[in-house]
Amino acid sequence: MRERIAVAMSGGVDSSTVAALLVREGYECVGLTMQTWPAASHVADTGRARGCCSVSEIEDAEHVAWRLGIPHYTLNIREKFEATVVANFVEEYAAGRTPNPCVRCNQHIKFSLFLERARALGATRIATGHYARIERDEQTGRLRLERGVDRHKDQSYVLAEMTQDQLTHAMFPLGSMTKEQTREAARACGLRVAEKRDSVEICFLPHGNHGEFVAKRLPDAVRPGPVVDLQGNVLGQHRGLPFYTVGQRRGLGLGDAHETHNAGHATGSSPPKTPLFVIRLDAARNEVVVGPVEALEQAGLVARNPNWISIATLLEPLEVTARIRYNAPDVPATIRPRTDGGVDVTLATPARGIAPGQAVVFYQGDVVVGGATID
Amino acid sequence: MKEAHRGSACAFRARTLRATDLPWVVRVHGRVEVTCTSCYTHPVNLAYFDHAATTPLTSVARSAMEPWLGPTCGNASSLHRHGKRARAAIGEAREQVAQLIRATPSEIVFTSGATEADNLGIRGGAWAAREDRGARHVLVSAIEHPAVLSSARWLGREGFEVEEIPVGPDGVVSVAEVRRRLRRDTALVACMAVNNETGTIQPVTEIAVAAHEVGAWFHCDAVQAVGSSQLDVQATGADFVALSAHKIGGPGGAGALYVRRGLSPVPLLVGGAQENQRRAGTENTAGIAGFGAAAEEVHRNLTTRIQVLERIAQRVRATMTTIESAHRVGAASRCAPHIACYVIDGVDSETLLYALDLEGIAASAGSACSSHTMEPSPVLLAMGLDTPTAKSAIRLSWGPSTTEQELFALADVLPGLVKRHRTLRKETV
Repeated sequence: MRERIAVAMSGGVDSSTVAALLVREGYECVGLTMQTWPAASHVADTGRARGCCSVSEIEDAEHVAWRLGIPHYTLNIREKFEATVVANFVEEYAAGRTPNPCVRCNQHIKFSLFLERARALGATRIATGHYARIERDEQTGRLRLERGVDRHKDQSYVLAEMTQDQLTHAMFPLGSMTKEQTREAARACGLRVAEKRDSVEICFLPHGNHGEFVAKRLPDAVRPGPVVDLQGNVLGQHRGLPFYTVGQRRGLGLGDAHETHNAGHATGSSPPKTPLFVIRLDAARNEVVVGPVEALEQAGLVARNPNWISIATLLEPLEVTARIRYNAPDVPATIRPRTDGGVDVTLATPARGIAPGQAVVFYQGDVVVGGATID
Repeated sequence: MKEAHRGSACAFRARTLRATDLPWVVRVHGRVEVTCTSCYTHPVNLAYFDHAATTPLTSVARSAMEPWLGPTCGNASSLHRHGKRARAAIGEAREQVAQLIRATPSEIVFTSGATEADNLGIRGGAWAAREDRGARHVLVSAIEHPAVLSSARWLGREGFEVEEIPVGPDGVVSVAEVRRRLRRDTALVACMAVNNETGTIQPVTEIAVAAHEVGAWFHCDAVQAVGSSQLDVQATGADFVALSAHKIGGPGGAGALYVRRGLSPVPLLVGGAQENQRRAGTENTAGIAGFGAAAEEVHRNLTTRIQVLERIAQRVRATMTTIESAHRVGAASRCAPHIACYVIDGVDSETLLYALDLEGIAASAGSACSSHTMEPSPVLLAMGLDTPTAKSAIRLSWGPSTTEQELFALADVLPGLVKRHRTLRKETV
């Protein structure tokens, strides 16, 4: 009897290629697409049909499955996605943090509810198009998560919350391939999605404006307030914390006008003509704190709720490299356990744009040591 | 010919991956190995328990269609012999459909299906009632098919006052609730004869009487009642009755609206004078001929047909009693013989349906499919079920062609899948 694998098919080139490769390797594949969004039908409200991007993604996935001769089903997980990922996304922004919905989705949806559904369909594992590798550590017996061979596409960062049990039930066939090899394989299999462009945005925010999104869903949490410098001088007005992200420079509404306006004032350490960046978001005071680029630099951070992968737990200081954003380079760091269960991260060189709410992931070479949430 | 069919059925041969690269072996519930002959991958359907969605075309209907699918043609409106022949075929089908519901042929308007018939009866009927007597109030039951509900809601956008009649937990529309809401200016009342998700038989005769007392018309979607009961439009007293061909062994794309003699709903489609100026557009001769033949076949065998359906119903019930905590939805005393809906505790119906499909068994979770996935059924919610319960419901429906093997496959597979599903859920919760 062949092993039945559920392939999480998004309709994109990566997961489509995964399905094709596994079919060729002789697995019995079942294609599954998660329908996470939108939460409601527009037709019902307006009586007129409106194009919906997520439906065409599902149709791409269906088409690929049909070409490969494998069954395909769409799982409606809107409710759970809404409650677990979207609601959290909105709350985090409202609290002045910068959430990573993909990390949360992988942890609470894809490798949880979705995996459970796949297993109910008789699948032993789920395969996804993530660029990351799973290897067994012969010494410790643990499953290791490693970076994908393609450094530009490596997605181990968004998988760092995976538990050993989740890794047991996962397969990342693209981990040892480059993106170009993936496209090549897709072309060779005659998949029409081979040339499809990568999606880079958040699936439920196709047009990318998280501020508007939060404002619409949680209007009370999005209140205009002061933009202040590091000394507490008010420089202007902000539209509401969710419109801002730590490290952001443009769109502060200060610009040249502010600089000329304040030319005659003594503004302490933020002299005119110095570009200003968002240094932090103070939810308690509803303030956006801005300052010069140097003020963005931090030599360390505290992270909460660590998940350890290559090690069972962190008992003593460990030399690692730390990644503080999805697309940031690693920084050498020392991690130490805190008595409250968190992790102290000391960076060898100060890093910019450390945003509370984002994931910090620790590596040793290619191996993911673990991940945690920046406090 | 055979090769051509293979190619078009699966397109497997057209693709780049060659069949020889792939070791196709498909296991179908333990023992049997049956695969799609085109691609050797899909298990073929072993059991089809979704007759309420659509039914296999009967050979009788297919034969009746065949003359119209070949090289000869004829527009029923043409005056030459080709046209006359098409016209005669449509006339014969009209008689056959009329006979099935005890109507007269001139009362049958052929449509593209029951959705169009529902639209014509409800929207066209309400428009006519507004024109004739200034009526502006419409009553529909809360458990109608989307074709009916959406037609009524559309009227709401046009200034009609639309009310939905609630149902009790037994899924039966309350006649008292209808009476309470009827007004002098009620244009139309709509209630289906048999609910498509639960199989519950509705008190349509009583509702028709109540509607007529205030001068309102009664529209009845009888799609699921045809072929599973003796449907008599005279006895029922309905003014408009929507029918579908493909639910009784006829082809898709054909349906009809019974329009009581003397009534004339405002047409939805205008153009030529077809269907006695009630529905413009060149007739779908093949579809209508197939519909007529299917209707005739049902009419001829109705008594035995219902007996067969009832015997199958008993078998399905027997299977379901082997599953712990599976409860039939709807009034036990008012079940149609071909549809049963069960709530299976601790099961996600979407996942269960996919698991069944992987084993070659087709079932449904109701008609509320919205773009690829399922939402909890509005019918079950209207009956007062909560969302999680509605999401654990599965609908089985069968027809006279349902075989012993299919019943065996269901009994063999379903209990095991439910068990596996429940075990996994317990692990995760």
